[in-house]
Amino acid sequence: MSQREENLGQYMARRGISRRTFLKFCTVMGSTMALSPAQAAEMAETMAKATRQSVIWLSFQECTGCTESITRSHNPTLESLIFDFISLDYHHTLQAAAGDAAEHAREEAMKKHKGKYVVVVDGSIPMGENAHYSTIAGITNEQMLRDTAKDCFAIVTVGTCAAFGGIPAARPNPTGAVAVSDIIKDKPIINVSGCPPMPQVMTGTLSHILTFGAIPELDHLGRPIAFFGETIHDRCYRRPFYEKGQFAKSFDDEGARKGWCLYEVGCKGPTTYNACANLKWNGADTFPVQSGHGCLGCSEPNFWDQAGGFYAPLSVGDWGSHEVLAGAVVAGAAVGAAAAVAGRSKQKSAHEEKKS
Amino acid sequence: MAERVVVDPITRIEGHLRIEAATDDAGNISSAYSSGTMVRGIETILKGRDPRDAWAFAQRICGVCTLVHGIASVRSVEDALNYKIPQNAQLIRNLMIGAQYVHDHVMHFYHLHALDWVDVVSALDADPKKTSELAQSISDYARSSPGYFKDVQKRVKELVESGQLGIFANGYWGHPAYKLPPEANLMAVAHYLDALAWQRDVVKLHAILGGKNPHPNFLVGGAPSPISIDAGATTGGAAGTALNVVTLNTIRSIIQSMQQFVDQVYVPDTLAIAGFYKDWFARGEGTRNFMVFGDLPEKGMDDPDSFFFKPGVILDRDLSRIEPVDLNDPEQIKEFVSHSWYDYSTGKDAGLHPYDGETELNYSGRGGPAPPYKQLNVDDGYSWLKSPRWRGQAVEVGPLARVLMLYAQGHEPTRELAGMALKKLDAPIEAMFSTLGRTAARTLESKLVADQMMNWLDIMVANIKAGDLKVHNEEMWDPKTWPKEARGVGYMEAPRGALSHYIVIKDGKIDNYQAVVPSTWNAGPRDPENVAGPYEAALQDNHSLHDAAQPIEILRTIHSFDPCIACAVHVNDPDGEEVVKVKVR
Repeated sequence: MSQREENLGQYMARRGISRRTFLKFCTVMGSTMALSPAQAAEMAETMAKATRQSVIWLSFQECTGCTESITRSHNPTLESLIFDFISLDYHHTLQAAAGDAAEHAREEAMKKHKGKYVVVVDGSIPMGENAHYSTIAGITNEQMLRDTAKDCFAIVTVGTCAAFGGIPAARPNPTGAVAVSDIIKDKPIINVSGCPPMPQVMTGTLSHILTFGAIPELDHLGRPIAFFGETIHDRCYRRPFYEKGQFAKSFDDEGARKGWCLYEVGCKGPTTYNACANLKWNGADTFPVQSGHGCLGCSEPNFWDQAGGFYAPLSVGDWGSHEVLAGAVVAGAAVGAAAAVAGRSKQKSAHEEKKS
Repeated sequence: MAERVVVDPITRIEGHLRIEAATDDAGNISSAYSSGTMVRGIETILKGRDPRDAWAFAQRICGVCTLVHGIASVRSVEDALNYKIPQNAQLIRNLMIGAQYVHDHVMHFYHLHALDWVDVVSALDADPKKTSELAQSISDYARSSPGYFKDVQKRVKELVESGQLGIFANGYWGHPAYKLPPEANLMAVAHYLDALAWQRDVVKLHAILGGKNPHPNFLVGGAPSPISIDAGATTGGAAGTALNVVTLNTIRSIIQSMQQFVDQVYVPDTLAIAGFYKDWFARGEGTRNFMVFGDLPEKGMDDPDSFFFKPGVILDRDLSRIEPVDLNDPEQIKEFVSHSWYDYSTGKDAGLHPYDGETELNYSGRGGPAPPYKQLNVDDGYSWLKSPRWRGQAVEVGPLARVLMLYAQGHEPTRELAGMALKKLDAPIEAMFSTLGRTAARTLESKLVADQMMNWLDIMVANIKAGDLKVHNEEMWDPKTWPKEARGVGYMEAPRGALSHYIVIKDGKIDNYQAVVPSTWNAGPRDPENVAGPYEAALQDNHSLHDAAQPIEILRTIHSFDPCIACAVHVNDPDGEEVVKVKVR
C-alpha cells in the first residue's frame, strides 16, 4: 500500500492547502516560539521541502499523561500534526498495529529514515540490574531505548520522568529508574519537562525541529528556552498581589477568593521554569494558580522530593531576594512582547553564575 | 495443531500489559494469562510522606483516567481523619468525575477501541453521498453532509498515498473480521477526528476547576477552586480566580456539548456499529461476578443514599440478588500474589487486606524470566499486578458492572435506555454478558452520567446564590489537629471500575499506602486456586482465532475492558509440549 514519499510542499499542494494557510500555521507556531517574522517565513520555506518527519514515540515507566496532554494541543492540533507534518510511526496509545506488527513498524521507520528520525520518549527507565522492572515485547526498556536511539537525529523527552527521572525516581526510587540522559550520551536530547508538559510546548518543540532541522536553544537542563526561559512567578497574573504583600492564608479565605498570591500556601511558581502562566492550559484561559492551587513545580528536577512538600512556603533562600525579583518584573514589563528574550538572557546569566 | 502466539505490545491501551493464552487444535483459546510488565512502586514511594501531598503522587498512577487516583487519595485521608468537606467541593468533584467519564469513554471508543471494528482503508471505497444518508438516518448531528465526508475521505486518501501511514501503518486492514460497509467505516473515521477536536474543548471543565488537564489539582478537605463571585471585592474583583460568573456559564455550555456529542454521535455510532457485530454478544463473558463500590454523591461520601452509583456485588449473573460490600472487612477484600512478582512476609498463597498490604518486589525470585524473553513462567509469578478477590471470588468492575447494578436496582432511566438499545439490536439482557455488551455498557453509562451533570451544577449555582461560596474546610488542614494514628479508605467509581486507596497515618506521615485499582480487579493474574481473572476468563470464552498471526479477536475483547496497563498476549500450548511460535502481524 505504500507509495513513493513526497515532500510536505507537494503533499500539501495536492491536499489543496494554500500557501497562505501554510504561512498562517508557521506564523502561529513562530509566535508560540517567539520567532521573528523573518524566521517564521524561513520556517515555512524549510517545511515545504521536508517529507513528513518520522517520529518514533517510546513509552516506558509512564502514566500516558504526556500522550493525553498532546492530544489537547490546540495549535497545531494533534490531527493536523499527524496528518500534515509528522509521520507518527510508533506510538503505543494511538497506533492501529499491535504486537509484532507494531514492532515491525518501528523497525521499518528506523531503517527507512536512518539518521533522520526523531525519538520521543515518555517515562523513566529502570537501568542495569533493575532493567526487568519494565519490559515491552520481552525486551527491557533500556535495550529498546539504546536500539532505537542508535540511528536517530535527536531525542525529545516529554515529561519530567523521561527528562529527569520523575515520580518513579522519587525517594526511595524502588525500581532504580533513571532519565534518558543517564543512558544515552551521544545524541542531542531536548528535555520537555512537566507533569505533564504543556501541549503547546510539546508540539512547538517538535515543530521547531522539523522546521529548522535543528535543535532549539536550550537552558542548562536541556529545556527549550523559548518555553522554559521564565518562571511561573515572572508571568503570574497574581504577581501584583505578591508585590503588595497580599497573600491568601488558606485555600478558601478572602484572599483566595480574590485571587491573591498563593506563596504562603506553598506555591512553587518562583522557582519553576515553565510557560503555564503565559500560554495557559487547555484553551481555558487558566492555569493551576489561577484556579486556586499553588504551582507544584512539576517541570523541575526532583520536584517530588522538595523540602516540606507541596504546601510548605518556599524559603527566600530558594529563590533570591525580593528586590531582585521586583527588578526582574520591571525589566520584563519594559521589553513587553519580547519578554521571552529577556527571560532567555536572565536564565542564561543565572546559569553562568552557577558555573562560575 | 496447538499454537503459541505472541502479541507484545498490545497497543491502544494505557500502560504495559502482557497476556499469554493457549489454543487447542481447533484454534480456540483454551487458556489465557494476563500480565502487567511494568512497575514503578508508587505505594512504596508514598511511605513517610505528608498525607496531604499523597493525591499528587497517587494521581500519577494514571494520566488517562487522570483524576481518579487524586480523588480516591484525598478521600482516603478524609476518611481516616473523619474530615468533612463542603457540599460545593463535593459537587465540584462530581462535575470533574462526570466530565472524566464522558471524556474518557468517548476517547476510548473512538481512539482506542474503534480500529478493532472499523477498517480505515475500506473507508476509501465509500460513497460520500451514501455515507451522508447513512449518518442522517441515525442522527441529527450537524456534520453529516456529503461534502463533509468527501473532505474526510480525501484526507485519509492523501495520507495513504503519501506512503507514510503513520499511526495506521501495519493495521489488520482487509481482515475478514471487519464487517462494516465502506460507508459506515467512513462515518466512523470522520467521528474519530471529530471526537479528537471535541475532547480538547470539553477538558476545559477540568482546567477551570483544577487548573489543567491532564493531572488537575485536588485538595484534602475540599476543592482548590475558590469561587470569586463576591461583588464587594475591592481587589481581584469578580474574576480573581478561574471559577467565576463567566466560567460557570462556560461549564454549563461544556455540559451541553458533552450531552450533545453523546446523544448525537457516540450512542448512535455504538448502536450502528454493534448491529454488524452481533456475534460478539455471544463471547467474551468474564467471571460472571460484578462489583460496584459506589460514587457520585449529591451530599457527601457519608451519605450513600445520595450516591448516583450505589454499591453492591452481583454473583453468578444473578440480577435478582445484590450482596452488600464492605471495604474495611478483611474477610471481603484480599489481594493475592501467588502469580505475581512480589513477596509477602506471610507466604505467597496468603491473602492480605490492603491495610496490611505489602509491596516487596521480587522479579527473579518469583519466576520472572530474564529479558529478552519469549515466554512467561505461568506456574509461578507472571505479572506485576496482584490478584484482588472479593470473598475469594474473582469479580469484574467497570461500566458493565455499574450498568448491570443500576439495572438490577431498578433504576428507571437505565432500564429505559438499556431497553431501547437492546430492542434496536434485537438482543436479550443476557447479551450484555459479553465483549460487545461491555462496550455498549460504556456508551450507555456515558449518557446516564452526562445527564446527571447539569443537576450538580444547578445545585452549586443555587448554593452560590444563597451566599454559600465554601469549597474548602480549613478545620483539619493542620496535621497538629490529627490523631496520632488513623487509617481510612478512599473509594470511587473510576471510568474503568471500582477503585480504592487505603492509607495508614502515623504521626502525621503515611505509614502504609495501598491502591487497589480497577484494572487490577480485571487484569490481575490467577489466584492461589488457579481461578482466572476477568481478562483471562473473557478470552477463554468462545474465542477462535481466524488467523493467529492477526489476533484481532484478542484485541477486541481486551479493549472491551479499556485496559489501563500496557500489555502483550501469548497463545500457548495447554499440554506444555513444544509449540510453534507464530509471528503476529
